[in-house]
Amino acid sequence: MGRYVIRRLLQMIPVFIGATLLIFLMVNVMGDPIAGLCGDRQCDPATAAQLRREFGLDKPVWQQYLTYMGNVFTGDFGTAFNGQKVTELMSTAFPVTIRLTIVAVLFEIVIGITLGVVTGLRRGKPIDTAVLLVTLVVISVPTFVTGLLLQLLLGVEWGWIKPSVSTDANFDELIVPGLVLASVSLAYVTRLTRTSIAENRRSDYVRTAVAKGLPRRRVITRHLLRNSLIPVVTFIGTDVGALMGGAIVTERIFNIHGVGYQLYQGILRQNTQTVVGFVTVLVLVFLVANLLVDLLYAVLDPRIRYA
Amino acid sequence: MPEQPYEPEGAIAATGMGGAMDLAMSEAETLEKGPGDGNGPSDKPRSLWSDAWLDLRRNPVFIISSLVILFLVVISIWPSAIASGNPLKCDLANAQKGSAPGHPFGYDGQGCDVYTRTVYGARTSVTVGVCATLGVAILGSVLGGLAGFFGGIWDSVLSRITDVFFAIPVVLGGLVLLSVVTSSTVWPVIGFMVLLGWPQISRIARGSVITAKQNDYVQAARALGASNSRMLLRHITPNAVAPVIVVATIALGTYIALEATLSYLGVGLKPPTVSWGIDISSASVYVRNAPHALLWPSGALAVTVLAFIMLGDAVRDALDPKLR
Amino acid sequence: MTKEGPKSGPRGRGTRTGRQEVRYVRYRLILTGNGMELYGALNRRHSMRGATHVRWAACAVAVALAATACGGDDGDSDGGGSGSGDGSGVLSSSWGDPQNPLEPANTNEVQGGKVLDMVFRGLKRYDAKTGKANDMMAEKIETTDSQNFTITIKDGWKFSNGEAVTAKSFVDAWNYGASLKNNQKNAYFFGYIDGYDKAHPEDGSKQTADTLSGLKVTGTNTFTVKLNQKFSTFPDTLGYAAFSPLPQAFFTDHAAWLSKPVGNGPYAIKAYTKGSQMSLRKWDAYSGTDKAQNGGVDLKVYTDNNTAYTDLMAGNLDLVDDVPASQLTNVKADLGDRYINTPAGIIQTLAFPFYDKDWDKPGMEKVRTGLSRAINREQITETIFQKTRTPATDWTSPVLGEEGGYKEGLCGDACEYDPEEAKKLIEEGGGFPGGQVKISYNADTGSHKQWVDAVCNSVNNVLDNDKACVGNPIGTFADFRNQITQSKMSGPFRAGWQMDYPLIQNFLQPLYYTNASSNDGKWTNKEFDKLVDEANAETDQSKAVELFQQAEEVLRDDMGAIPLWYQNGSAGYSERLSNVALNPFSLPVYSEIKVS
Repeated sequence: MGRYVIRRLLQMIPVFIGATLLIFLMVNVMGDPIAGLCGDRQCDPATAAQLRREFGLDKPVWQQYLTYMGNVFTGDFGTAFNGQKVTELMSTAFPVTIRLTIVAVLFEIVIGITLGVVTGLRRGKPIDTAVLLVTLVVISVPTFVTGLLLQLLLGVEWGWIKPSVSTDANFDELIVPGLVLASVSLAYVTRLTRTSIAENRRSDYVRTAVAKGLPRRRVITRHLLRNSLIPVVTFIGTDVGALMGGAIVTERIFNIHGVGYQLYQGILRQNTQTVVGFVTVLVLVFLVANLLVDLLYAVLDPRIRYA
Repeated sequence: MPEQPYEPEGAIAATGMGGAMDLAMSEAETLEKGPGDGNGPSDKPRSLWSDAWLDLRRNPVFIISSLVILFLVVISIWPSAIASGNPLKCDLANAQKGSAPGHPFGYDGQGCDVYTRTVYGARTSVTVGVCATLGVAILGSVLGGLAGFFGGIWDSVLSRITDVFFAIPVVLGGLVLLSVVTSSTVWPVIGFMVLLGWPQISRIARGSVITAKQNDYVQAARALGASNSRMLLRHITPNAVAPVIVVATIALGTYIALEATLSYLGVGLKPPTVSWGIDISSASVYVRNAPHALLWPSGALAVTVLAFIMLGDAVRDALDPKLR
Repeated sequence: MTKEGPKSGPRGRGTRTGRQEVRYVRYRLILTGNGMELYGALNRRHSMRGATHVRWAACAVAVALAATACGGDDGDSDGGGSGSGDGSGVLSSSWGDPQNPLEPANTNEVQGGKVLDMVFRGLKRYDAKTGKANDMMAEKIETTDSQNFTITIKDGWKFSNGEAVTAKSFVDAWNYGASLKNNQKNAYFFGYIDGYDKAHPEDGSKQTADTLSGLKVTGTNTFTVKLNQKFSTFPDTLGYAAFSPLPQAFFTDHAAWLSKPVGNGPYAIKAYTKGSQMSLRKWDAYSGTDKAQNGGVDLKVYTDNNTAYTDLMAGNLDLVDDVPASQLTNVKADLGDRYINTPAGIIQTLAFPFYDKDWDKPGMEKVRTGLSRAINREQITETIFQKTRTPATDWTSPVLGEEGGYKEGLCGDACEYDPEEAKKLIEEGGGFPGGQVKISYNADTGSHKQWVDAVCNSVNNVLDNDKACVGNPIGTFADFRNQITQSKMSGPFRAGWQMDYPLIQNFLQPLYYTNASSNDGKWTNKEFDKLVDEANAETDQSKAVELFQQAEEVLRDDMGAIPLWYQNGSAGYSERLSNVALNPFSLPVYSEIKVS
C-alpha cells in the first residue's frame, strides 16, 4: 500500500509538469497580453516594453516556464495585471468554489442516488422511463441555457431566489447555482446508480437476504444500496476536480467570484500568471482526487490489494 | 504479487475481469472455439454483435433514435428539401417577431427566419458531432490500444500523456485555444475537441485491449506464433471496440452541446456559419422578448443530443449481457 | 462492454495466478467539463465488511451539512445600509473589476475611472450636464503665451487622511505619472509638458530624468507648467483623472495606498476587497462644494452586466450604469422612468487597415463611402440599440455642443443610407477586396456581435449577396488590440472612442493625425495634419473649431473611418434612488444621488 502510494505520487510529477507546461504553452499562444491593457488605444512603446520586461514576457517561452515553476515551488504564483498576488486571488476564489462544489456534490448524492435507487428498483416501469427521459433532457440542454432560464424564472419572474450570488457566497445562495452545476453529473449519477442497482438486484446475496425474510427496506438500504454505491462514489470522487474547473459558465451566469470566474477573467486579459496558477492548483486537485478514489477502492472493497 | 503485469492506477481502466476469469470456463470456451483455425476467434465477436443486433431491433428506443438521426443526416445533406428560405437573408425590420405565414418559428434578434436557420444549423452541428467523435475515437483508440497492447514503457508514457491532457478542464482549454482562431470553418472547433477529448476514449480503449489481451484465445494465438499486427487486427480489435463505440456515441451528443457552450463564451463557430450553438447563444440574450428564437434551436439541439445519447445507451444495453 | 461478465461470478480465490485481487475496469469520460460519465463493469459481491463505505458516505454528508450550517447564517448584506432621505442612505452600484492598479495615471477604463471620479478632485471638473471644464481645485490658471502656465490652487483642501493638498501634491503626482519607470499607462497625457522626452523616452532609450523639467513648485499653493509647444486649451484637459493630486502616503507606503486608495474627493474608501466589492462612504470633512448627497456607495463587481441588470430587477442592486443591449427592448417596461438614456462623449466607428494596399489604393474611397451608405444606421440604432445610440452624422459627439465643434450633418450624403447609391459606389470603386468584407470585433465584452451582424446584414441586403459582409469575432480584447497594433487587420474593424475631455481636438487628433496614438487604421493625410496643427496653434476658439471642422471634411472625403453612431450612457436604478444622472463620460454622478 505504502509503496503503491509512493509510486503513484512519483508518477504525478511528470503529469504535473506536463499539464502545467501544456497550459503555459496554450496561454502563450494567445499572444501578447500587454496591448489589451491600454484600452482602445495603443500602449506607448516604452511603457509596453517595460511592462513586458517586468512580467518576463520578453524572455523565450521555456525560460518563462522555468522561472514560473521555480517561483511556484517557493509558493510565489506571481502577480495579476491589476497588481494583486495570484495567491491572494486564490485565497478568495477557492473557498467560494469549494462551497459551490460541496453543494453540487450534495445534490449529486442526495437527488442522484435517490432517483437512481427508485428507477433501478422499478426498471421498465413508467417512473423509470420518466426519470430516464428527464435525465437525458438535462444532459442534452447546454448548462448556460439551464442556468439562464432558472435564473430568469426563479430569480426574476417568481422571486424565489436572488438571481445573483453576493460576494460572501454563502451556502444558501449557492443552492440554485449548485443545482445547475450539478445537473449534468446528477443525471449521470442517477443513471449509474440505476444500472448498478438493477444489476445487483438479481445477485445471490440479495436473493439470500430476501429469502431470510428481511424487510424490503432493510434489504435495499443494507445490502443492495451499500454494494451498488461503489461506482457512484468513484464517479463523484473524480467529478470533484471537474466541477471545480468546469464552473466557468455557471459562475459567470450567477455572479460567483470563484475559480471559474478568475480563470475566465484571466483568459480574457491573457493573464498567464492567473490562468497557469489556477490551473496548476486544479491539476493538483485532479491528481489527488484520482489517487484518493483509487485508494478508496481498497477501503470500499477488501478484495482489492495494491502492490 | 511479482508477476502482476498491470497495476490499478489513477482513473485508468485497469485490467478488468480477465485475470479473475474462471479457469474451467475459459478452457471450455477455448476448446469450443478451436484456437488454431483462425476463424475461431471471430466467432465470438460475431455472436456478440449479432446478439446485440437482435436485441436492438426490438428496442423502441433504438428505432426512434435511429430514425431521428437518419432524418438529421438527410436534412444536413439536403436542407433545402424542407426549408426553402435562405438562412443568411435577414431583415432587421422583422427582428424578434413571432411566427408569421411562411415563417412558422418566427424571427430572431437579427430578423432572420428561425425555421430556416434551425434546419440549416443541423448540418454544422451534425458535422461537428460526427467529425469530432470520429477524430476522438480514432486518435483515442489508436493511442489507448497501443498502450494497452504493448504495455511496459509504452503504456507508462502514453498513460502519463493521457493524464496530462485529461487534467486540463475542457471549457478552459476551449477558451484559450479557440480565442486565437480566425478561421470561420468548423475545423478548429473540431480540432480542439479532438485534442482535449481523446484521453477519454484512450483510457477505455486501453482498458478493453488489456482485457481482451488476457483472453485465453488471444494467449493461444500468441502461443501459436501470431504476429503482433495479426493479433491486434484479428483478435483484439473486434473484442475491444464495443466499449469505444458505446462511449463515442454518447460523447457525440455532448460535443454538439459543447459547441453551443463555446459559442456562448464567444469562442465557438463564427459567421457566416449557421449553427445551433451560434443561434442559441445569440438568442439567449433576447430570451425575455423573443423566447421562440431560443426555443427552436435549443429544442433541435436537445432532440439531436438526445437521439445520439439514447442510441448509445441502447447500444450499451445491447452489448452488456448483464442487463439482459 | 463486459462480455465476460456472466462468467465472473463470486470469486476471490482460485484464479490462475492465485492472487486475491480483482481489478476493476473503470471507464470515465469528461464531456463538457462538468459532465463525466463512468461506465464501470464492476463486479462486486456482498461483503460482510461493507459497512465501511456507507459509513464513509454518511460522514461526507455529515461534514457537508455541518459546513452548510456553519456558513448558512448570512445576514442580508445587500442594498447597503438603510436611509430615510437624510443623506445617510448607502446605495449599491454595479461595477467591473478594474484592469489596472487604481493609480490615477494608470487607469484608462471606465470601471477604474468610476472610483477615481468619486475619490479624487482635480484642478478642473467637467460639468455633469454641459461638459464644460469648470475650476474645481484651481483658484486660477494663468498664461500669456499658451505655453507657460501659472496654476494657483485653492487653500484649505485636504486628503481624507488629513494631509493638506498643496502644489507639491500635484507636481509629485504628475512627475510620477510621467516617469517611465512607474509603468503608468496614461503617461502620454503629460506628453505636452516640457521634459517629457527625458522622463519618458519613447524610443526605448534610457530614462534620463525622474521628473518633468517643465513643472516647478513656486509656493505652497502655486506651481508653473511649461509646455513643449503652444496648446491653448491645455487648462481644459486638466479635468482628466490622470491630473489628480496624490498624497505623500502614495509615495511612502505605496502598497498600503493601493489596497485602500486615499484621495481628496467627496467619498473616502472604507473597505476594498479586490475583485468583489468596494465600499465608499461620504467623507464629511470634504473641502469642495459638491458634497455627497448620500451616505455612500457600495460598488459590487459583477461577472456579467446581464446579471447586474437581473439583480436590479430583483431588488438586490440600486444602480446599473450599463444596461446590456439585450435588455434594452424591455427596459422601459421593467423600470419605467427609472431608466435614463443621455448622450455621452462616445462615438463608434469602423476603421480601415490603411496599411493594407487593398484598402488604400485609389478608388477605394468610393468603396469605403459605399460601405458607409449601405449601413442602415437608423434601423440598427432603433432595433438593436433601442435608441441608446444616435446615427452619427459627423466624427465628434453631440455633447460638445455646436460651439464646441459638433456639427450635425457634416458627413452629409456619405452617411445617409441609400442602397442604390451604395451599390453603385462599391461597384465603381472595384468592389470589396477579395469580394468579401470582414468586420472584426472583440467578442468577449460589449455585445458587439449584435450590431456587427446587423451591419453586415444591412450591407448584404444592399448588395444582394449573403456573404459580401461577415462579422469576424476575435476571442479576447487583448488579442483584438494586438492584431490592431501589429497592423494585422485585413478588413474594417470596430473602433470606439470615448473622449478624455470634451474638446473637438480630442475626437480628431488622437484618432486620425498621422501616427497618432489611437490612429489604429494608420490613416494619413497631409491636408488633415496641416489643418489640425493650425487649429491647435489658434488661440481664438471659434476659429480653431472651424479649422478642426475643415479637417473633418478632409476625413470625410477620403472616408478615413466610417462614423456609425453616437453612444448614449444608459442606466437603470431602483425605487430607493432619485436625482440620478449620467455625466458626458457616461459615469453616474454619484455625489448627487439621493437615497430614500
